[in-house]
Amino acid sequence: MALHIRREIEHLKKDILMEGTVVEESLFKAMKSLETRDAAMAREVIDNDVTIDHMEVELEEECLKALALHQPVAIDLRLIITIMKINNDLERVGDLAVNIAERALFLAHSDRDKKTPFDFSAMAEKTREMLGKSLDALVNENTALAYEVCMADSEVDRMNREIFLKVHEAIRTDPGNVECLIHMLSVSRHMERVADHATNIAEDVIYMIEGEIVRHKAENFRSPDEQL
Amino acid sequence: MVEFPGKKDLLTAENFSVFYGSNEAVRRVSLDIPEGLVTSIIGPSGCGKSTFLRAVNRMNDLIPRCRAEGALRLDGQDLYEQGVDVVMLRKTVGMVFQKPNPFPKSIFDNISFGPRIHGLRDRSKLAAVVEKSLRQAALWDEVKDRLGDNALGLSGGQQQRLCIARAIAVKPKILLMDEPASALDPASTSRIEDLIAELRGKYTILIVTHNMQQAARVSDLTAFFYEGNLIEFDETSRIFTKPREKRTEDYITGRFG
Repeated sequence: MALHIRREIEHLKKDILMEGTVVEESLFKAMKSLETRDAAMAREVIDNDVTIDHMEVELEEECLKALALHQPVAIDLRLIITIMKINNDLERVGDLAVNIAERALFLAHSDRDKKTPFDFSAMAEKTREMLGKSLDALVNENTALAYEVCMADSEVDRMNREIFLKVHEAIRTDPGNVECLIHMLSVSRHMERVADHATNIAEDVIYMIEGEIVRHKAENFRSPDEQL
Repeated sequence: MVEFPGKKDLLTAENFSVFYGSNEAVRRVSLDIPEGLVTSIIGPSGCGKSTFLRAVNRMNDLIPRCRAEGALRLDGQDLYEQGVDVVMLRKTVGMVFQKPNPFPKSIFDNISFGPRIHGLRDRSKLAAVVEKSLRQAALWDEVKDRLGDNALGLSGGQQQRLCIARAIAVKPKILLMDEPASALDPASTSRIEDLIAELRGKYTILIVTHNMQQAARVSDLTAFFYEGNLIEFDETSRIFTKPREKRTEDYITGRFG
């Protein structure tokens, strides 16, 4: 009995990590395609989303099966519930990567030389780092790392606000470029959402390990100037 | 230690030990079982859970070289004090065993037996007790037309509910159940579990079970025993989601035991 559920759980862990890897890759390519205006790469991200969707459905079914057949308790229960929730978040990150790729596709086909007033690379890097760390926290059952991810979310929020202000300003100074600017604004928003999902994953990892739900206690994760 | 505001502790163990010869089967256990709730005791074979349960109605007295130390109080009364009337004690402590053990008598006589030896003679009063007990044990509708039939003709699940009806007929303060459903099929098991839910609040129930899912389903509180020690005692929902003790977690997730 115990051996069966152990095996089942190992299987689920492997699957969620595999999904995580595919999603990270997808997000990386979406951001890369945005940076390099690479339409082919953006298209690849969009086409690949169906793989992530399949992985999500399959993993959810496996989790439901494990719950029904083994009726896990305590750490086993928390682990399976956490995997189910992370599964959801990863699939959503996959969708956001598609959204970013779609913006990249538009920008790739628009005037290539048009200079944009800002650079996404720092935000992209930070967001990807958060997602990577949240998955590492899961693999290594590392709450310190998970808390780090939660703390980082406010920085991405700040970057998103900055881009909003820059877009706002640019629309005024360069009204001919509005369409492009609105796409930029969406990208920023999508990245900010990715960071939110990474934070969800980190919070779920904390729940899995400590048994405490830390969601909606964002003030714990903000630096003092952020709380103002 | 868990506390339930507004709930009186009915059974209190204080550094309570039970020895079989030199073997300490229950080791200095302290816990308070609140009135009106269902408390389950879980733990691997030989952990002392049944010994603890049987100590409550002093059934261990029947085992040679068995003795108890420390205090075990039911409603303030020390059960192991000199001069305790064991027969009267067993009237206040109902017991249901793993295998149903009806008397080879009629259904009516099985239930009326207890009240009768405790002095109730009036036939109509006895009939009222029989009906009430059978109703509370969710058996009345199935047997009301054949109260004169031999109880051994009932199915295993019905016999077990009859035993519960027989136990509650003498209005015990606490109802002990030692693996009450482990010899029954799933449907009968589920009826026993439903019955425990029905009796909750009316009686204080202490149940020993090997079936952890059953403990999770039926009880408000769960105590985990291991090698004679009480390892953890808490709300059942807490024990099965985030136990405090590593040993509890290892046991309930099947890592040992």
